[in-house]
Amino acid sequence: MKRILKFLRHHKKESILAPAFKMLEALFDLLVPLLMADIINRGIASGDDGYVLTGCGIMVLLGIIGLVCSITAQYFSAKAAVGACAVVRRSLFERIQALDFSDTDSLGTSTLITRMTSDVNQLQNGLNLLLRLLLRSPFVVFGAMVMAFIVSGKEALVFVAVIPVLSVIVFGIMLKTIPRYKTVQTKLDSITQSARENLTGVRVVRAFGREEEETREFEAKNSSLRSSQLNVGGISALLNPLTFVVINVGIIAILKLGGFEVNTGTLKAGSVIALVNYMSQILLELIKLANLIIQITKAMACAQRIDSVLEMKPSMSFGELSADDADSDIAVEFDHVSLTYTGSGEASLSDISFTAKKGQTIGIIGGTGSGKTSVVNLIPRFYDATSGTVRLFGRDIKEYDKQSIRRTVSTVMQKTLLFSGTIRSNLLWGNANATDEELWAALETAQAAEIVRSKPQGLDEPVEQGGRNFSGGQKQRLSIARSLVANPDILILDDSASALDYATDAALRAAIASLKNELTVFIVSQRANSLIHADLILVLDEGILVGKGTHEQLLATCDVYRDIYDSQFKKAGATA
Amino acid sequence: MTKKVNRADKATRNAAYRRVLRLIKPYGFWVVLSILTSAVAVFAQLYIPILAGEAIDYMIDVGCVDFSGITAVLIKIALSIAAAALTLLLSGLCNNKIAYSISRDLRDSAIKKIQVLPLSYLDSHPTGDLLSRIIADVDLFSDGLLMGFTNFFSGILTIIGTLAFMVSVNLPIALVVVCATPLSLIVATFIAKKTFRYFGEQTAARGAQTALINERIEGVRVVQAFGHEEKNLTDFDETNEKLTATSLKAVFYSSITNPSTRFVNGLVYAGVALAGSLIAIRGGITIGALSCFLSYANQYTKPFNEISGVITEMQNAIACAQRVFELLDAEDQVPDAEDARVLTETDVDGTVTLNDVDFSYVPERKLIEDFNLSVSPGQRIAIVGPTGCGKTTLINLLMRFYDVNDGSICVSGTDVRHIMRNSLRKSYGMVLQDTWLKGSTIHENIAYSKPNATREEVIAAAKAAHAHGFIKRLPNGYDTVIGDGDGGISQGQKQLLCIARVMLCLPPMLILDEATSSIDTRTEVLIQNAFARMMNGRTSFIVAHRLSTIREADVILVMKDGHIIEKGTHESLLEAGGFYADLYNSQFKGLAI
Repeated sequence: MKRILKFLRHHKKESILAPAFKMLEALFDLLVPLLMADIINRGIASGDDGYVLTGCGIMVLLGIIGLVCSITAQYFSAKAAVGACAVVRRSLFERIQALDFSDTDSLGTSTLITRMTSDVNQLQNGLNLLLRLLLRSPFVVFGAMVMAFIVSGKEALVFVAVIPVLSVIVFGIMLKTIPRYKTVQTKLDSITQSARENLTGVRVVRAFGREEEETREFEAKNSSLRSSQLNVGGISALLNPLTFVVINVGIIAILKLGGFEVNTGTLKAGSVIALVNYMSQILLELIKLANLIIQITKAMACAQRIDSVLEMKPSMSFGELSADDADSDIAVEFDHVSLTYTGSGEASLSDISFTAKKGQTIGIIGGTGSGKTSVVNLIPRFYDATSGTVRLFGRDIKEYDKQSIRRTVSTVMQKTLLFSGTIRSNLLWGNANATDEELWAALETAQAAEIVRSKPQGLDEPVEQGGRNFSGGQKQRLSIARSLVANPDILILDDSASALDYATDAALRAAIASLKNELTVFIVSQRANSLIHADLILVLDEGILVGKGTHEQLLATCDVYRDIYDSQFKKAGATA
Repeated sequence: MTKKVNRADKATRNAAYRRVLRLIKPYGFWVVLSILTSAVAVFAQLYIPILAGEAIDYMIDVGCVDFSGITAVLIKIALSIAAAALTLLLSGLCNNKIAYSISRDLRDSAIKKIQVLPLSYLDSHPTGDLLSRIIADVDLFSDGLLMGFTNFFSGILTIIGTLAFMVSVNLPIALVVVCATPLSLIVATFIAKKTFRYFGEQTAARGAQTALINERIEGVRVVQAFGHEEKNLTDFDETNEKLTATSLKAVFYSSITNPSTRFVNGLVYAGVALAGSLIAIRGGITIGALSCFLSYANQYTKPFNEISGVITEMQNAIACAQRVFELLDAEDQVPDAEDARVLTETDVDGTVTLNDVDFSYVPERKLIEDFNLSVSPGQRIAIVGPTGCGKTTLINLLMRFYDVNDGSICVSGTDVRHIMRNSLRKSYGMVLQDTWLKGSTIHENIAYSKPNATREEVIAAAKAAHAHGFIKRLPNGYDTVIGDGDGGISQGQKQLLCIARVMLCLPPMLILDEATSSIDTRTEVLIQNAFARMMNGRTSFIVAHRLSTIREADVILVMKDGHIIEKGTHESLLEAGGFYADLYNSQFKGLAI
């Protein structure tokens, strides 16, 4: 409960006023049966029309006050819940942006997005209900009991007996059903998966002629879902009849006792009616409370998921040094660097050492999972080395300020991504103050000028979410241009030309080579011919640097490099 | 014009209602039982306030309470309680049974439907949309149905019953209730109309924010790489403020409904109290009867609200059902011809001929025209061309995922349209670039091509595909469950599993989308060897990316923009100096030793 309540800390006033007004409303609600009893006992008994009229007038007045209180409560509660969730969403967004790559790795972006959207919505509903009902319902239940004591001490004992029995039934059924609803959800997930597989894998299913087996499998899961639904449905179906029985047995007891009391003159008939009325009110409130608890359980699970993100602290701390004015002949130096990703047992990089001089082009090659991307991810400090030191312009990378590193080192990632807006707005990510000439120069170098020219609106051509209105190759080239606009000292191309044909790839490399000669370029590639002209080629194999040198040197000395090279260039048939 | 559309809408809606009735029909017994039990439950529930009123009337005054009368009434109350509780439970169980069974039936038909839908349908409908029809829409439909059964009949019966009881006891008071009740409905609809707009605005604002979140969180690495966090937060705040403002309105105005209807209800209650008391003073009714009226007044608006809720819910449910029906009504693929033959392994000699084939996905855009190709047993056909040139089209036709528009494709001399689909497809071994695996164990995934394969056979196939090594290192080896996401194995490893899947059954012909893009070049060499062994003596169609495959092919098909533009051997195509020659020169020249 604490977990959920703390979200309200910025809206203390509303969070107190909402339940307060709600209870006020409940109080007026509770007065009505008492008032009615009075009308019957005195007004009708004495045949006084005026008394009845006044009584009913007061009843309407109570209703109006109740309405005002209730609307006030709803307003404060909505304000608190909506406001609290706006704060939650913002802090989540801010936190996620600040997380290190290793943290986002372990959570996955899709989970993060769910937490920001549907989890927060659930939390908002939960908070809203909580503020309105959590205090009100118990207040009404116990208030009804107190009222019963006011009417008649003896009769109130019926309430004392009924309330615990009802609570046991309502909460017992809830306790039984909540885990079973979870089972139903799991089974629903399982048929969803099954259906999705049948849709996405339709070609494979049909190619292997497995339609019937797939159908049978789905049907079995589907039937099992139904049995679970019937099971939990059967238990919840008990709620209504059982509570109905208890309440009405209570009413029987009230009537029976009422008979004796009326006979001895300690109670009047109108008061018996009021007691019956209170009994019914209790039932309504308990059912509301049960619903509320289900909602709050859901909201708590969401709150827990939200918290787990909010509680994450970025594990890196950055220095104060600005990388913008750093100067050294050695752009990047790896000194016995090893990297083990959190949660992974094996090292992704082991003992890597190399030096990249300013203005050099460094090629990195190796098989899938050999650690190419891991090497380049250390240069902008997306991750920290587990051991060893990464130096940028002669200083430990940890001494630099975060934003200045990211300005100095520009990475074009493997998975290229554009953002909704226009081509121009995307390019300006690199440098918000870039002029059109600078943009065009970058586009020319990235071999992307043609793409933009072919668009009717040129630089102002709209880009849809994620850049889905551009092909893979176009996105790669535009991403490269975006990085060039930043005018970095170090440019990293992480397999960023994979979707380009060989000719464009070559033209791109030539254009980058002709840029200002202080630019240090890292090129990660699976294609050996993209790297032939690099000043230094690093050959990685399972996280180990197995070769370091120029193309010719490696061809002569490095087996792995030769293997790779041969597998790509050797004459047809020679491998068979 | 709009009137016409409305009428058409209404017609389909009515058709949907009739169809829902047909779905319910098998559970007719339960429906009847549900209606009967809820009728009994309603009347027993309504009877109790009357009995309670009678009991109160026996408590006239000090010293003259009729105890035997009270006891008799209390026994009646007890019996009513028992009857109401029992029937309530029974109707609840019936309703569950009906709703959950119908949703199961619908989903079963949906999955059966998917197996016989033509690929053209599945390719042109987004998976997410179809999935939401099978899962979410069926759920919403069954929820609506359940609510309808639970509340609709009992609501109507409650209204009728209450009216009947009230009118029989005292007409003027009954009139007060009847006249005042619609008031609460009017207030509720009035507020609902007002809030509808705010909900629309909220949905729009939420949509805009979700889009922003999706994009920026998914691209969080790029955001960080460009140090764009501050600017992002400004963008986010903008959407967040908008959402908060609209949400507050939507949440607040919608939450007014409850207090308002409760207030109207309170007015009705006061009205009954006033009229009832005044009449009671004049001896028109007893105090017990007044108490009965008061409890009716308390509850009378409830069924109205419930029914109006059910009606919206049911309309929503029918809309969902219609979406499911749309899927179920889609046209099936052409069934196997009556004289279709089963192709056994011995029938398949590996000859494939395409005669004057015309094909297009959409009539306006011709893709393949007058295409002829004759493949002899054991030949290798390489399909080359830039990405997105439509190489998969040919696979679609060979596997008969799509039918040709004109001309014919024959396997071993028989037109594929006269071959059972299943047996045709089983005579091809297919490895696609899109690596699809089931969410089950590695063993089951490899054995997908041959469900009764022994562990030894599976291991042998995995070894042949060079997958055994990594499988062994997985926590549970061949029994490791791989999820539908990635489940901890890489794209390259998935490709190896897909290859092992084909290695296990080794059909007489092969279709390979040279599916090695995610495999490192050294493993690729090993796989190429395995492929080469597999292709030996088998007719193979290969979407080729590698020069060696292309040069070794007996026939090269060059595709561009969906058309097959050139056909021949490596040498003849180079000599022709066409598109292939250009392609070859730009991509491979100078690289091949």
